[in-house]
This record gives sequence, C-alpha cells and structure tokens, in this order.
Amino acid sequence: MSKEYIDYLKREKINKLLVLLFQILLITSLLIIWQYLADKKLINTFITSSPKKVINTIIKLYKTNNLFNHIWITTYETLISFSLGTIIGLLIAIILWYNKFIAKVIDPYLTVLNSLPKVSLGPILIIWIGPNIKSIITMSILVSVIITIINIYNGFNNTDKNKINLLKSFNATKYQILTNLIIPSNYKIIVNSLKINISMSLIGVIMGELLVSKKGIGYLIMYGSQVFNLDLVISGIIILMLVSYIMYIIINYIEKILIKSD
Amino acid sequence: MNNILTINNLSKKYYTKEKEILAIDNISLNIEENSITAIVGPSGCGKSTLLNIIGKLDKQTKGTIKYNKDKIGYMFQTDCLFPYLTILDNCLIGLKIQHKLTKENIDYVKKLLSDYGLKDFINSYPKNLSGGMKQRVALIRTLATKPDILLLDEPFSALDYQTRLSVSDDVYKIIKKENKTTIIITHDIAEAISMAEKVIILTKRPSKIKKIYKIELTNATSPINNRTCKEFNDYYKTIWQSIDHNV
Ligand SMILES: Nc1ncnc2c1ncn2[C@@H]1O[C@H](COP(=O)(O)OP(=O)(O)OP(=O)(O)O)[C@@H](O)[C@H]1O
Ligand SMILES: [Mg+2]
Repeated sequence: MSKEYIDYLKREKINKLLVLLFQILLITSLLIIWQYLADKKLINTFITSSPKKVINTIIKLYKTNNLFNHIWITTYETLISFSLGTIIGLLIAIILWYNKFIAKVIDPYLTVLNSLPKVSLGPILIIWIGPNIKSIITMSILVSVIITIINIYNGFNNTDKNKINLLKSFNATKYQILTNLIIPSNYKIIVNSLKINISMSLIGVIMGELLVSKKGIGYLIMYGSQVFNLDLVISGIIILMLVSYIMYIIINYIEKILIKSD
Repeated sequence: MNNILTINNLSKKYYTKEKEILAIDNISLNIEENSITAIVGPSGCGKSTLLNIIGKLDKQTKGTIKYNKDKIGYMFQTDCLFPYLTILDNCLIGLKIQHKLTKENIDYVKKLLSDYGLKDFINSYPKNLSGGMKQRVALIRTLATKPDILLLDEPFSALDYQTRLSVSDDVYKIIKKENKTTIIITHDIAEAISMAEKVIILTKRPSKIKKIYKIELTNATSPINNRTCKEFNDYYKTIWQSIDHNV
C-alpha cells in the first residue's frame, strides 16, 4: 500500500466519522431544543409533548401496557403481508409473462389499481372482512402487491431477447426459459422489490391499524389521538420510526447476502 | 458434394400495424455439407431473417427448406452468456435444456474448453473473460449439442478489430477441426472472403440473391493468412462493386 493510498483511506474514514458526528449532533440538538422549549413553557406540551414525557410514556407503556406485544403485532402483520404480497405478486407476474393475452387484458386495470390510494378501500374491507387482523393484512397486501406485479413483470419483459432466442435455438420450453433465464436474470429486480415491499407492507399495516385494530403501533397512535393524549401519539410515531428503521436495516442486510455473488 | 440444406423459393413477409414488409423475396440456394458459406448484404436487407428461418426461430411465408440433417447450432452477434452461470455451466446450458447432461457429453464440453484455451476459466464467470474469450465460449456452447449446421449471425461484430481478426481465425480453425457445415452472416467483405468457400450477396430489401461467388484462394490456410493470397484483392473489389451501397 502506497502512502497516498493510506492517506486516502484515512481521509475517507475521517469523512465518515464527521458525517456520523453531525448526524448525532443534529438529533441531540433537536431533542435538547425541544426539551428546553418545553421546560421554559414556550410551547404547550399538552400538544407538543416533550422528550422526557415521551420517554416516560414509553416506559409506562412497557410496564403496564405490553409495549412489546403491540410492536410484535405490527411486525407480525407486516411480515405476513410482506410474504403473501411478494409471493402473490411474483406468481401473478409469472402468469402474465406466460400469457401475453391476459397481460394485455389486465394492463389498464393494473394501472388504475396502482394509482388508486388503497386507504380508500378501508371502509369496504371492514364491512366485507370485518374489523380484524384479516382486513389489516388484506389492506397491506393491496398496497404492496400491485407495485410488485408491475415491477417484476416489467423486468421479465425486458429480458434480453437474444438470450431468449438462444434458449429457443436449443428448443427450450417456456418453462425452461422461465427457470433458466427469466427468473435468474431478474434476480436483482426481485430482491429489490422485496426491499420496496417491506416498507409498503408496513405502510399498509399501519393504515389498517389506524382504521380497525385493537392492538399494534397504529392502534396506539389512533387511540392516543382519540383521547387527546399527544404524548402517546408522538411516542407511537417514534416507536414506529424505530421499528421501520430496524426492518430497513435487516432487509438491507438480507439484500447484501442475497446478491453477494456479484 | 452432398447438400445438407436446400432452400426453394423462400419468401418472408413481416406484418406490422402500419404495413407489411417483404423481407425475403423468393430465395433459392443450396448449402453443401462441411462447407462455410458467407452471406453478405446491405444493412436491414433480411440476412438475420433468413438465418432465423433456417434455424427455425421464425417461419417463412412461402417456400420450402429441405434439411438432410437438421440439428442446428446458433451463435449470435452478442455472446449471450448468462452472467450468473460459470463458463462450464454456460457451455452446458443447451445440453441441460435438451436433457442430455450425460457424463460423456460433459467430458466432450470440457475437452472443447481445454482444447481451445479456456481450461483455466471453467469455473470463472463471464465477467472475468475478455470479449474474444467470451465469443469462443459462445461457440463452444453451440458446439456442445453437436449440431450438424452452425448458424453464425455477425458473430464478431461486437469485437474490436484486432480481437475480431484473431477470434475469427480461432473460430475458423475450430469449425474446420470439428468439421461443421457453417453459414455465417457478416458485414465485412474481407471476413467473408477469408473464411468462406462460397459468398452469397443479397440485394437490399426485399432481399434476393444478387450473386454467388465461389472463393478459390491459392495456398488457403486460415483467415488471417488468406488475406494475403493473391486473389484476395480481386475478390474484394468485385464483391464490393456488386453490393448495393446505401449511400
Ligand atoms: N419481427 C419483425 N417485425 C417486423 N419487421 C421486421 C421484424 N424483424 C425484422 N423486420 C424487418 O425486416 C427487415 C430485415 O431485417 P433483418 O434483421 O433480417 O435484417 P439484417 O439484414 O439482418 O440487418 P442487419 O444487417 O442490420 O443485421 C428489416 O427491414 C426489419 O425492419
Ligand atoms: Mg441482422
């Protein structure tokens, strides 16, 4: 290693630390200002809450209200709808790839469904399925599945025509083209849609919980607003941030493992 | 000589929303066994279309093709290697598709790879190979299923000039050694003359056969050397003049 290269590495490292430092600085100063304004009664903590109150609320939730049960419920619903949404989306994309006619027929419907804000379906779901976990999961699948179908199907369709011809020149069946070329060469797109799906599923689950549930982080937030307990609302949002950040880190890690071979 | 392939009055029309396009207009020709035939013609005249029909990737609108042997091996302009498969697995893909992954066939492929200088790369991935090596791998993948007829559609046009010369030399030697009947499409007149025994000139679209040249070079050896044969320049000139140039 040359001296210049060592210097370069050092500079990169310092840069990285500096960014991290400022990230921490930013959040702590925000928290300190928030707490300061609250202490000096410059803001109405009944509406804005304060860092200390949030921490107390979370501790109280933990002691009396099964905090982890709520978190678990939300995570569980997210994971179920994530898996179902991904599998259903992938299967439908495969069916559309198999049958161009169905794909053409269904195309405008996909576009309409994709642009429809799924939350508007909430009331119907509650009436049809009932105010329970099933309608939360259905809502969440609706949010993720359409975009999964569209992304994966587009990837399938953009597969190199020459490579398809190559396999055809060996007399490959459609199924062989699917397993030997279409799926492996769209591996990255599929993994990528996993990544999008996990956040889509969480969005769907929270939407569902806000509408119907008796448990979960969305429920905490909704309940807080109904009884005008803003401490609870803000605590719920902060817990949600942490949960979604942790999910993001995990899925990123999984993504790295899945596409390590490159 | 035996004809491995006889094409009679072949025509091909494409239909699009706007119009119908006559790509091939009544072509008849023979391909002799173990010969190399080059097809030359202006851009967009229908060369790939003709090859696709011979290779059964497309259907003619009219006319017939009689095959004496009809196991086809196709090689395309781009190498079409699968980035997620090793070089060996890439070469075995055709056998895998045809459910012929016997030990004997796998050994044959391994032998081809080592005969043609790719032994050390068997377990590498395509991205670690140079353009010329990839084209050789693509040829071996085609040879793996032991085809009777090789169809090469501008197989070297993605390569730079130097590589192109040496790869065409390699490919020529491999084809001759494995004794394969070959049809090669090219834009490059020199390449056609130096590799083929017969050069077929197509007109611009709709393509008909304009002329067929039998190439006879004294002391012909391999493509690079053939370019120095004394007849080479005359062939070059006549063929150049008989092609429809678009400009
Ligand atoms: N699937 C298709 N549908 C409609 N028209 C087509 C189709 N394939 C080819 N054509 C048309 O047929 C003509 C011949 O095409 P082809 O690809 O055979 O030409 P080519 O001689 O191989 O050209 P190039 O030298 O550029 O490779 C072109 O004008 C092309 O636009
Ligand atoms: Mg072509």
